[in-house]
Amino acid sequence: MTTDTPLFALRNVSKVFPGVKALDDVQLELYSGQVTALVGENGAGKSTLVKTMTGIYQPEAGDIWFNGEVVSFPNPEAARQMGITAIHQETVLFDELSVAENIFVGSYPTKGWLKSIDWSTMNERARAILAEIEAPLSPTAPLKGLSIGQKHMVAIARALSVKARVVILDEPTAALSHHEIQELYEIIERLKANGTAILFITHKFDEIFAVADRYTVFRDGRYIGAGSIKEVTEPELVEMMVARSVKDTYPKVEAELGDTVFSVKSLSHPTEFDDISFDVRRGEILGLYGLVGAGRTEIMKAIIGLSPKASGQVFLDGQPIDIRSPAEAIHHGIVYVPEERQQQGVMLDLPIYQNISLPQLHRTSKAGFLRPSREYELTQDYAKRLNVKTSNWSEVVNNLSGGNQQKVVIAKWLATDPKVIILDEPTKGIDIGSKAAVHQFMSELVQQGLAVIMVSSELPEVMGMADRIIVMHEGLITQTLLRSEASAEGIVSAATGGQS
Amino acid sequence: MEQTMNQATTPNQLGASWKGIAFRWETFLLAVFAFVFVMFAMASPYFLSVWNLSDATFNFTERALIALPMAMLIICREIDLSVASTMALASVAMGMIAELGAGVPAVVVIGLFVGLLCGLFNGFIVTTFGIPSIVVTIGTMSLFRGITNGLMGNEVLNSYPAGFSYFGQGYVHWVFSFQFVLFLGAALLFYVLLHHTNFGRRTYAIGANPVAAEYSGIRVNRHKMILFAAVGLMAGLASVLLTSRLGSTRPAIAFGWELSIVTMVVLGGVNILGGSGSIIGVVIAAFLMGIVTFGLGLLNVPGVVMTIIIGAMLITVISLPIIAQRLKAMRSKRL
Repeated sequence: MTTDTPLFALRNVSKVFPGVKALDDVQLELYSGQVTALVGENGAGKSTLVKTMTGIYQPEAGDIWFNGEVVSFPNPEAARQMGITAIHQETVLFDELSVAENIFVGSYPTKGWLKSIDWSTMNERARAILAEIEAPLSPTAPLKGLSIGQKHMVAIARALSVKARVVILDEPTAALSHHEIQELYEIIERLKANGTAILFITHKFDEIFAVADRYTVFRDGRYIGAGSIKEVTEPELVEMMVARSVKDTYPKVEAELGDTVFSVKSLSHPTEFDDISFDVRRGEILGLYGLVGAGRTEIMKAIIGLSPKASGQVFLDGQPIDIRSPAEAIHHGIVYVPEERQQQGVMLDLPIYQNISLPQLHRTSKAGFLRPSREYELTQDYAKRLNVKTSNWSEVVNNLSGGNQQKVVIAKWLATDPKVIILDEPTKGIDIGSKAAVHQFMSELVQQGLAVIMVSSELPEVMGMADRIIVMHEGLITQTLLRSEASAEGIVSAATGGQS
Repeated sequence: MEQTMNQATTPNQLGASWKGIAFRWETFLLAVFAFVFVMFAMASPYFLSVWNLSDATFNFTERALIALPMAMLIICREIDLSVASTMALASVAMGMIAELGAGVPAVVVIGLFVGLLCGLFNGFIVTTFGIPSIVVTIGTMSLFRGITNGLMGNEVLNSYPAGFSYFGQGYVHWVFSFQFVLFLGAALLFYVLLHHTNFGRRTYAIGANPVAAEYSGIRVNRHKMILFAAVGLMAGLASVLLTSRLGSTRPAIAFGWELSIVTMVVLGGVNILGGSGSIIGVVIAAFLMGIVTFGLGLLNVPGVVMTIIIGAMLITVISLPIIAQRLKAMRSKRL
């Protein structure tokens, strides 16, 4: 443990949103010249913490300490003045401006009484900063020509242009190549050497152990623990994160297989996929694996009637059916939980119960008139089964964490009492705890006799949950495997167009 | 469990707590209305006469009838700027069929029918080709007005059958005009439609996220088509009332009304980007705009000044709560 006083600290800080205590009496200490890794699942309060540190949110309780004094950040500018900068994945950069303009945006050096921009000084200073982080970029280069990694360097250079004392790196490596990550590590080392305190937020444990000196763990908006990275192991960190030891096993249950309930015969599309045939039985999880662009989502859209150009036949309980819109698909008991949760799955501004009742208002209403009490009952039944965490079913979905939003989407579709449920990347971008809940729930579904089609590009998920795996490559089915026959190498090879 | 049972008795956001109601836009508008009302009552001795107030309603009922479905259309992320031109076209159609000697029912039906047709045309273009409705209806605004001018030239059509004047000038009972009663009925109808039916819920859902709405089995295009048709039909109805009230059709009839209708909707608290708003707000906004134009008229304020005052009022009323919120936020930061 360090004996110095921290450069920056949060003490007993709380931040409350309607229905949720996003930060509950949390602690955080950042030391000069050290990297502190912040570890937590999605929904642990990390992004709220960053916004509190940078003056976007004001905490309801607790103190912010900087350099041994209590400070407050009434607005983002105040935090910036003090030298606290966050570099997010979505740091706002301007494509149409040059590298130097992006670095100094908002505080351009000026000259003369007209305060015209002093281009030569600006470019000179930009060159100096870029040299400091050894970024091979020209100050006058337009930003739009740069790679994601290079843009990242610009963002870091901007952080340095204001003499950053505290730098927050919020999942900085998510979009970087291996080489770029190494460069980022070098920049972090230089920042440390300058005495900057760094908060490093990541989901990747190898990175934590590669760069961090200290760690802090949050769970459900609460502070769980902190310490030196040398005194902790990965399993210990994971256990602190999720409050239970996560063994990397899937809650797979072999349900009793029934009759074929749904089948697709030579489904084709002029550009996306060709001659797709498969069937799925009651109690079965059919996995559809393929790389991005293999045509999986397009097939699912064709099945639920969102792709008018597709041809082929679809059978439900042996009867041919014709589906021309999602409304008809729902009517037949075939539901699709889409991949893009926020764009396609939920209405963020509507309350939970209105989201859940939406596909079947005809069932909760009477003669076209709403009956909110029935919608509440429905919501209670299904959202509770999925363990959606909220204080109130009237809460708008936007206030929920990603994992809980996904649970709302799944609850919405289950409430329609389907025969076949199609889950497109059901655990994309949600935390470990919610993932496990979704997997657990899939097992319950097949035990109740549903047929599940799971589209996924996560190999462990497909191998862990599916009874049968269809592998796709560029719009064609390249392999169909039973769970027992599946090997990671074989599946990847089939998905990348190796053997078939 | 007990808590969740309590929630079940407070079904949705609309039936919120007292505190919730106190901070709603509609409450604020109502307060502004009351304030303006009292100010006029003090400024002019003629203001508080029931007959004068009854006359005041003619200032807004025709526009407000269109504002009701327009609010739903805007909540649904679409808009119809061709409504005034639709009214003109409907009015010409009525004038022409009246010249041929048609009776009252035929004249009314043709007015409604032309309005409906215009709305269906807008809806068809928007949903079939996926062109933004603001573009389509700016186009049809010119198109419908152009057809009106072409059909009429510089004529005035005024050979309406006897009895047709009732719609715009008649009274149902005492001071309650036919127009006003019709508007109250329509407001109630649209209130129930938007806030208490599946159709209304779907309107909000489409406004909140059209893609997710489609995935959730809502027939988005059909829904929009119905709303465009409703706006057209109500424009036809408003045209019947206005034509009847004026007793004649001129090419410039209802010119520029689309903006005051959209103003009413926005002042009523409907988000111009869609997703939220209420019928109650629109109704109060209609009354507010009506009372202001009427009161200023009583005080002999010239038309030009009136336009300035209404514009300033719109900006003030919409910015006041935002300023208040900022002040509150600043104060809480200082504490």
